Amino acid sequence: MKFFPLVLSNLMRHKLRTTLTILSIALALFLFASLRTVVTQLEISSQLGAANRMIVQNATAFIFPLPQSYATRLATIPHVTGVTWANWFGGKYGDGRKFFGPLAVDPASYLEIYKNDFLVQSDQKEAFLRERTAVIVGQGLLKAFGWKIGDNVTLQGTIYPGDWTFTIRGTYSLKETAYGDEQFLFHYDYLYERVKDNVSPGWFILRIDDPARSGVVAKSIDDSFRNSPAPTKTGTEQAFSAGFMTMFGNIQLLMGTIGMAVVFAILLIAANAMLMNQRERSSEVAVLKTVGFTDRTIFSLVIVEAAFMALTGAALGLGLAIILPKATHFNAFGFLPGFHVTSGTVMVGAGIALLLSVLSGFTPAYQAARMPVVQALRRVE
Amino acid sequence: MALVEIRDVYKSFRRDTQAVDVYTGLTVDFEEGSFTALMGPSGSGKSTLLNLVAGLDKPTSGIVRVGGAEVSRMNTSQLATWRSRTIGFVFQSYNLLPVLTAQQNVELPLLLTNLNKRDRAERVAIALGVVGLSDRLEHYPRQLSGGQEQRVSIARAIVADPQLILLDEPTGQLDAKSSEEVLTLLQRLNDEFNKTIIVVTHDAKAAERAKTVLHLDKGVLVERQAMQGAHG
Amino acid sequence: MKIPLIYNVRSVLQRPVSTAFTALGIALVVAVFVAMLALANGFASALTKTGGDDNILVMRKGADSELSSAIARADANIIASFPQVAMGADGKPLVSPETYVVINLPRKGVDTTAIANVVIRGVSQRAFEVRKNIKMTGRTFASGQSEVCIGEKLVARYRNTAIGEKLRFAGRDWTVVCQFSAAGSSFESEVWGEAEQFQGAMRGGSTYSTVTFRMKDPAGFEEAKRALQGDQRLQVDAHLESTYYADQSKAVGAMLNFLAIMITSIMSVGAIFGAVNTMYASISSRTPEIAVLLTLGFKPRNVLLSFLAESAVIAFAGGVLGCLIALPINGVVTSTTNWSSFSEIAFAFRVTPTLLLSGVVFAVVMGVVGGFFPARKASRMPVVQALR
Repeated sequence: MKFFPLVLSNLMRHKLRTTLTILSIALALFLFASLRTVVTQLEISSQLGAANRMIVQNATAFIFPLPQSYATRLATIPHVTGVTWANWFGGKYGDGRKFFGPLAVDPASYLEIYKNDFLVQSDQKEAFLRERTAVIVGQGLLKAFGWKIGDNVTLQGTIYPGDWTFTIRGTYSLKETAYGDEQFLFHYDYLYERVKDNVSPGWFILRIDDPARSGVVAKSIDDSFRNSPAPTKTGTEQAFSAGFMTMFGNIQLLMGTIGMAVVFAILLIAANAMLMNQRERSSEVAVLKTVGFTDRTIFSLVIVEAAFMALTGAALGLGLAIILPKATHFNAFGFLPGFHVTSGTVMVGAGIALLLSVLSGFTPAYQAARMPVVQALRRVE
Repeated sequence: MALVEIRDVYKSFRRDTQAVDVYTGLTVDFEEGSFTALMGPSGSGKSTLLNLVAGLDKPTSGIVRVGGAEVSRMNTSQLATWRSRTIGFVFQSYNLLPVLTAQQNVELPLLLTNLNKRDRAERVAIALGVVGLSDRLEHYPRQLSGGQEQRVSIARAIVADPQLILLDEPTGQLDAKSSEEVLTLLQRLNDEFNKTIIVVTHDAKAAERAKTVLHLDKGVLVERQAMQGAHG
Repeated sequence: MKIPLIYNVRSVLQRPVSTAFTALGIALVVAVFVAMLALANGFASALTKTGGDDNILVMRKGADSELSSAIARADANIIASFPQVAMGADGKPLVSPETYVVINLPRKGVDTTAIANVVIRGVSQRAFEVRKNIKMTGRTFASGQSEVCIGEKLVARYRNTAIGEKLRFAGRDWTVVCQFSAAGSSFESEVWGEAEQFQGAMRGGSTYSTVTFRMKDPAGFEEAKRALQGDQRLQVDAHLESTYYADQSKAVGAMLNFLAIMITSIMSVGAIFGAVNTMYASISSRTPEIAVLLTLGFKPRNVLLSFLAESAVIAFAGGVLGCLIALPINGVVTSTTNWSSFSEIAFAFRVTPTLLLSGVVFAVVMGVVGGFFPARKASRMPVVQALR
């Protein structure tokens, strides 16, 4: 574009103002993208789970266990092709400052049902299955505590009192990062052998042959246990995740409102900068018009200038939002594993930048284009 | 001893890479009660002389003394205080603060004194009375004519009762009639109130009203002309 | 102030749009600041208000929450016999052995996936005496009956919680006979009933979760703690009740504070940049005026202060506006999860006068920081060049 040098020299006239405006746009978009990522990350987490997996819990509340004997009964329900179970262990390591949730699982069936999500090397898997006190640990947790494979680690039980020593026999990697790389999975039998009748499965995980039948399966399970001492509540794994995420409270609304405030605040800053630019330049606009620039060209020059600032700022801000969590391994204190800016967020951010160019540039551009030459020249004197 | 003594003043500006000499050893006196017009072509150093006397600018070397005080040696803060008591300055483009009324504009220098509100109002009224604008106290600059604006700015220059009034092209933007009014006012200030006045102008009519006319050219005093008959 | 403020105020009004934009930008930052801290404030205050300074909460050794604690009936009796336990007016110890479970209750509204975990606390009549500040409406639950008392924050949020209605959980219908408030504390998000009833319906056996008692000597916590933890018959930890609940708010409270500070500090940098731009523009358009002020004998310091004041005044207006924007949020009830019990706690946003004051101070600081360099530039302006 042949007018580019002109736009550039206008931008360079108040270097400080241009820089500060670009930086405020960058900060705002950084903030916007980060806040939106919290929301999208929660959405990802709340849709977590395979369509062919279902969770069976105690209907009264998830803190109540279910009898071990349900495992065999669940396996006989039509469409159910696999059953495993897990139990919340509740232990802390060291000073207990870092939170993680160790799970007692039925090792073989658990790894079988999650074989496409938690990827474990076959030699590590065998070592884990062989040994009753073995544990499989996520890479993130391994790093956080500085453990290595082969280490013995001792947790203090909070629900099941006492010291519990495990041997790390393997790690897993993830296909979907939102599952989190801070799991701690050990043998249910190890727990059972020490506390006997005080433990029974916290929840069952089922695999079904046809995701479309999940409603039917849930109903037949809940119906068959309705009059037993421990009625069940069955749902898809996704519904389970979604329910868990609702426990955070209305974060969407909170983040959305702040995001709006942020966007509106930069709009004000950017529009103000453009208005100031234009006000100071009325004489030059008049000169350009005397030279023969059309109103339309003048209008576009101003819009292009605004767009340059908005888009540069957006590129900086969105870039930072993408890079920073990767560089710092940010995961919101473990609540949002796999924190990353989605392409949707980048698109919305870019859209905001474009909107910003138009909104902040329009009034000054319109004023400049409509300015009568004679009046503007008089102001020069 | 003269009120204003300028002794062997050198002054050079740096314009890009080139040094421009304004004065190379200028010496000139202004007596107390004098009314001097400084004339000369553009770039002859008229305005710079005014700036040096007011302490707005410093000489490269040499001495500028006003009332025995060495202006060229004072620091910014001392200068500010000294200026508020000793100098009244009038600009070609009036330079009233557009957001303040005539009264508030004139009152500004008094805010630097210890006078209370009532005394200040009294002094402002007197100053505006002297310039003949007692009926324009509440007007804003944009509601006044050019001549009136310049008279307000003269009132601002005299309100703190300084010995020395400096004017830079005071009639440069005024029509003939307004110029007359302003010049008559200056003569009155000189005659009745015994103010020492230095006015930079290129208007021969204005120069006629002065007692002395100094012609500057390229920073050198080329002619001193005593005006006769102008003062009755 | 040598240079009259009216000069600044009128100058500011010469550029209404620019000034309004700057002030509004600051207002938005302040509004977010106040609202987010009101959230953190409300959450912390709900939990710090829970529990008394002179109550001791006894849990099983190693248990990190009431949920994972268990205390046998016999042990509860031993604890009640400790000499550190205060006596009630009737000469009996002020002790409340309690069962603590978390259950699912149907919420009002339509979102069926939303998990609503509510604390069900089995207590004795003593609990209402051991805990101060509890105000009850209706009659207390009768012994041996399936009757419950509902915390007032639950009433608007859950179905079947009005007095006289029947609330169904754990396979039984429970008649709601009273509602209670507890000075905004997290007890208001709980359902209380007779411990023995809840043991029967949910936990099986006759084990309690915790034992809470009033101390005879309000300052005797350390001594009582030593006595309880040193007793060979018991395997327990003793906590000061108020400290225990306050500690539960720490993680979430710290996260909310962190969020508030991070978001508002990033926003405030943007707003300061905006203020810097505005002040620079304002100063450059008033160059001759500044030169006049300096010529008249005003000191650079006066000019600096004058422009700082101008920026501070714009920011102050923004700060006040921001507080006004955020004010209506005061008292709005929201909820989050107490992660140590996985139960929902409802709390109200708390906009305190201190918070409003700090919002305004924050705004003025932004104004002063944003105004400083432009103001300094104005005060250092070389008069001769400015006049040219």
